[in-house]
Amino acid sequence: MTIDLKTVKHISKLARISIDDEKANKLKGDLNNIFEFIEKLNELNTDNVQALTSIAETTLRFRKDEIKSENIREKILKNSPEENKDFFVVPKVVE
Amino acid sequence: MSDITSQSLFELTSNIKEKKLSSEEITKVFIDRAEKSKKLNVYVTDNFEKAIDQSKKFDSNPNFDLKLPGIPIAVKDLFCTNGVRTTAGSKILNNFVPTYESTVTQNLWSQGAILLGKLNCDEFAMGSSNETSFFGNVQNPVGENLVPGGSSGGSSAAVAANLTPVTIGTDTGGSIRQPASFTGTVGLKPTYGSCSRYGVVAFASSLDQAGPMTKNVRDCSMLLEVISSFDQKDSTSIDYKRNCYSKELSKDIKGKKIGIPKEYRVDNMPDEIEQLWKNGISYAKDCGAEIIDISLPHTNYALPTYYIVAPAEASSNLARYDGVKYGFRSPGQNLIEMYEKTRSEGFGDEVKRRIMIGTYVLSSGYYDAYYLKAQKVRQLIKKDFDDAFSKVDAILTPSTPSSAFKIGEKTNDPVSMYLNDIFTVPINLAGLPGISIPAGKDKNNYPLGLQVIGKPFDEQNILNISYALEDKINFKNDISDWWVSE
Repeated sequence: MTIDLKTVKHISKLARISIDDEKANKLKGDLNNIFEFIEKLNELNTDNVQALTSIAETTLRFRKDEIKSENIREKILKNSPEENKDFFVVPKVVE
Repeated sequence: MSDITSQSLFELTSNIKEKKLSSEEITKVFIDRAEKSKKLNVYVTDNFEKAIDQSKKFDSNPNFDLKLPGIPIAVKDLFCTNGVRTTAGSKILNNFVPTYESTVTQNLWSQGAILLGKLNCDEFAMGSSNETSFFGNVQNPVGENLVPGGSSGGSSAAVAANLTPVTIGTDTGGSIRQPASFTGTVGLKPTYGSCSRYGVVAFASSLDQAGPMTKNVRDCSMLLEVISSFDQKDSTSIDYKRNCYSKELSKDIKGKKIGIPKEYRVDNMPDEIEQLWKNGISYAKDCGAEIIDISLPHTNYALPTYYIVAPAEASSNLARYDGVKYGFRSPGQNLIEMYEKTRSEGFGDEVKRRIMIGTYVLSSGYYDAYYLKAQKVRQLIKKDFDDAFSKVDAILTPSTPSSAFKIGEKTNDPVSMYLNDIFTVPINLAGLPGISIPAGKDKNNYPLGLQVIGKPFDEQNILNISYALEDKINFKNDISDWWVSE
């Protein structure tokens, strides 16, 4: 199968990465090469194979549900892209 | 006493403990050498001033019981370091200063080590040549205009060029072992779950592992002992008794069964690598190991599987870079436009390519055909290794299908770049430990590595086999300092 320009633009929308036509065309070529390489997996019959979902083979641990956090408000806001000591600021969402 | 920067970690710690050298002395010579080695471009951010202060502090009240007493160490810029900029080689994290410390780096500092600085790497560890870094490519000290491998390319170059005694890198598909092979150094990827992923910038969470990169096997065992620990903060960290790897290090590998997988003899592999492998096999025999031919039938499917699983996980992990809470932001008229511009301007081409692959394979209607299929094949690859390890104790293969290549040689062909990791990727997919040791040189005098793969949690065994082989191989890197400016 081949990935067309329309699909590339659709994926870029899903991935929230804006791309111009020139980049989209380049990506189309790259993605088709990569998927041609990936298609090799279709040689294998995997009907009766169980998917490997965790390599660590452990079950998730339980812990006590207790509050451990210190006051880290400042730490969390420290790398905020726009200066405002109390909140993260983003463009207006509700008109 | 030999030049300080060329000493091994073992020698440096002994010299500090015997008071022949001070931490300040050692720290200063590494900094001096770094100042003269800017051409290699190994550092993204240095921590030199603070490092000298910390070395003085160590010397004024030394604790010689620590495992890394006053030893200066530079680390890959993928580990979050409290108060020191952490970029992951990306523009999108160019201004990011973590307010917390990764567990593996914390383990270093708790044992007395001092942070020298943060080392260049491929953007978000996606690359095999360190050419995808926002901060420019790194020069391989082995020769001018050669790539140092990737993604831990700044790390491998820094160890080979004597700019840090040892370092830590991360390995998702070969990012420790391939650069180690390209620079004539030692690199170990531990079993998945050995080293905590807390505070390590995430690429593909089911594959990522941190690990030591060193000049020799003994140093590797010393460093692994420090960084490997159980950590509540990583839900996939595994609680098991870790060895004292350096204490239990032994060259006695008599009777060990070492498997040679026929599928690793790939098309167009240079004769030199075939020969290197044969030499490794005969050295192992000389040490009393038993050589057994084995088969890993799904080897050829590992790379295609990896290029579904890793980008899928990456596209999910990298969704957090939206310009809202930290990192680079490009302003937009509305929220969506801000996201799209931030990510378009903040990520480089290779990262975008992988996010796009990942988004596609996880998108509606394609999940079963790609992601689920890949997880099933991953099971088959793991089973290959399970079967092999019922017959052998370890597996010996080449580390890479070629030696270091020229800068720019493969940047326009992603698939040929991906093929570099053909021998390393299966090990990540199966969650196993693997180590690359320098084993010889090709006709250009560029280093080549051999890889020893072990059973889960059997790091001691692959370290011991490598230690025995290292002794027989007796590799010398003879790097000429061509980049040094006075």
